[in-house]
Amino acid sequence: MTDGDMNRPANTGPSVLPAQRTSENSFAGLGGVSSPDTAADEFSPRTALPSVEVPTRTAPAPAPDVTDAPGEPLPRKRRVGGEGYFKAVTTVGGSAVLAIIAAIALFLIVEAIPSLRANKENFFSYLKWNPNPLDDAHFGIASLAFGTVLSAAIALLVAVPIALGIALYLSHYANKRVATILGFAVDLLAAVPSVVFGLWGREYFAGPVTDFSVWLNKYLGWIPLFSSETGFGHSVLLGSLVLAIMILPIVTSLSREVFMQTPREHEEAAMALGATKWEVIRTAVLPYGRPGIVASVMLGLGRALGETIALAMTLGSSFLISWSVVEPGGNTIAANIANSFGEANQQGRSALIASGLVLFAITLIVNMSARAIVRRRKKFLAAAAT
Amino acid sequence: MAKRIEADNVTAYYGNFRAIDSVSMVIERKSVTALIGPSGCGKSTFLRSINRMHEVIPGARVEGSINVDGHNVYDKDVDVTAVRRMIGMVFQRPNPFPTMSIFDNVVAGLKLQGVRRKGELQVAAEKALRGANLWEEVKDRLDKPGAGLSGGQQQRLCIARAIAVEPQVVLMDEPCSALDPISTLAIEDLIGELKDSYTIVIVTHNMQQAARVSDKTAFFSLEKTGEPGRLVEYDDTQKIFTNPSEKRTEDYITGRFG
Repeated sequence: MTDGDMNRPANTGPSVLPAQRTSENSFAGLGGVSSPDTAADEFSPRTALPSVEVPTRTAPAPAPDVTDAPGEPLPRKRRVGGEGYFKAVTTVGGSAVLAIIAAIALFLIVEAIPSLRANKENFFSYLKWNPNPLDDAHFGIASLAFGTVLSAAIALLVAVPIALGIALYLSHYANKRVATILGFAVDLLAAVPSVVFGLWGREYFAGPVTDFSVWLNKYLGWIPLFSSETGFGHSVLLGSLVLAIMILPIVTSLSREVFMQTPREHEEAAMALGATKWEVIRTAVLPYGRPGIVASVMLGLGRALGETIALAMTLGSSFLISWSVVEPGGNTIAANIANSFGEANQQGRSALIASGLVLFAITLIVNMSARAIVRRRKKFLAAAAT
Repeated sequence: MAKRIEADNVTAYYGNFRAIDSVSMVIERKSVTALIGPSGCGKSTFLRSINRMHEVIPGARVEGSINVDGHNVYDKDVDVTAVRRMIGMVFQRPNPFPTMSIFDNVVAGLKLQGVRRKGELQVAAEKALRGANLWEEVKDRLDKPGAGLSGGQQQRLCIARAIAVEPQVVLMDEPCSALDPISTLAIEDLIGELKDSYTIVIVTHNMQQAARVSDKTAFFSLEKTGEPGRLVEYDDTQKIFTNPSEKRTEDYITGRFG
């Protein structure tokens, strides 16, 4: 019996709540009366459910002057007011997003068409980028798209484990003061402008990365990624590492937020089973945070795919599909737009816009597949609701 | 399978606040002991001290000793995770792991101990679910999420999860306070069965529940807010509810106080 049963509406006359198990004795309950002398020796807590005495109460009689005639009408619905205005504002905001996206897509498509018509090569398979000659345009997206995806993938591969490690350290291991200071430092990293990252990567970070590339090539050169025929320098590896540093803060702070929101009761459930700290993280924190981790990684990936100036400054601007990440070279769609825009004529700019359209599509596909991953997870959880 | 618990001068703190003051009591093997008392009297704190779950709250600590079959769980070189495996716990709100299936929930503790063989896990899961009176209700949907069960089923799932690792003692912190009367009855019946194998300590606000399920009852109370909770009276349940020796116990169970 729960407390609620004791507060049932008043019955008329004395009564006894039905006992689930046979019992002859009554004894102290929440609202009952202590009667230590009543059948104490027969009392057995295992089988006896105490009957509860309900004090005599009489239901109030209806007031004599009450008629069945309808009373005051209920207040009418308000037609205009703050409610309506606010709804309008939010609706306009929501639709504006759709309108802007449609406008961008339309702009990209319309502007790209002239150059694509003039192109003498297959846009999707050709490697080089030479769109400016009016009657002799040769350009394709293949090497740029490859470079974009490759550098973003390597950046994610490097950044995500480190970012998740930092996030877990901040949320579960570090004491409050260290966590505050470190969290602030991570946020500071996000505040560095990308052009500064580009300068730093090109002028300073290139040195250590070149040394590291030489080392990689010496010991792991048999892996195509680390083979080199043309030496080392401003390579995909350099660009990707700079990119990794740039997406580190966003992945870290988002996943940290998610980890901190893990319900205490889930962590305690794991602890009560004898889980160590790492095991608590594995059984309670990471599964709970998975959709959030995916979302933060996708935001990081979005930034990596679109990053322009830092990569334009650190990559070697080649137009090859090469798996080697240590050779000087590499290029991305965004970096190529930054590098080629200055010398592009009208047709060249149209070609660059066509490449922008491809970048737009890549980002869209990445985002949609991420959502699909999260949704598959949700399906399992949604089954819980049925 | 069941162990005896001796608490000796257990004092627990949250930071500088003393929540319970020198509680000493002996809990016998294969018995059900109910801890009752007004809110804030420290009964949950005491319960959580037994399996060292009190100290997971930042700033919380325990003084004194709790001996399980003569070994102090607060000894410096005791592995705290081993203590918690030996002394299982069921919480106030059912807390199955939300991303896990019913099966994975039950065997979560075994997996933590490194049991990997599918057959062994299946045998253990069925045994634990039968032990928690849940097997018949879930045997056809073991791969469905544990969070999809009703509240009472979830709580029995949590009990199955706790007993799957074959602990010596099961602690229950108001296990029925979030459940309806029928689920409550199911859990109470289950407690009666579990008592054959385990030592059980249960915190409850419902005195009739304490009367129904427990062999011994401990009444905790506090002088006033801000004061630490103390153990007022600890005796056979029958005695506590029919002829308590302390005036304060009688006042509490007759509803004149608290």
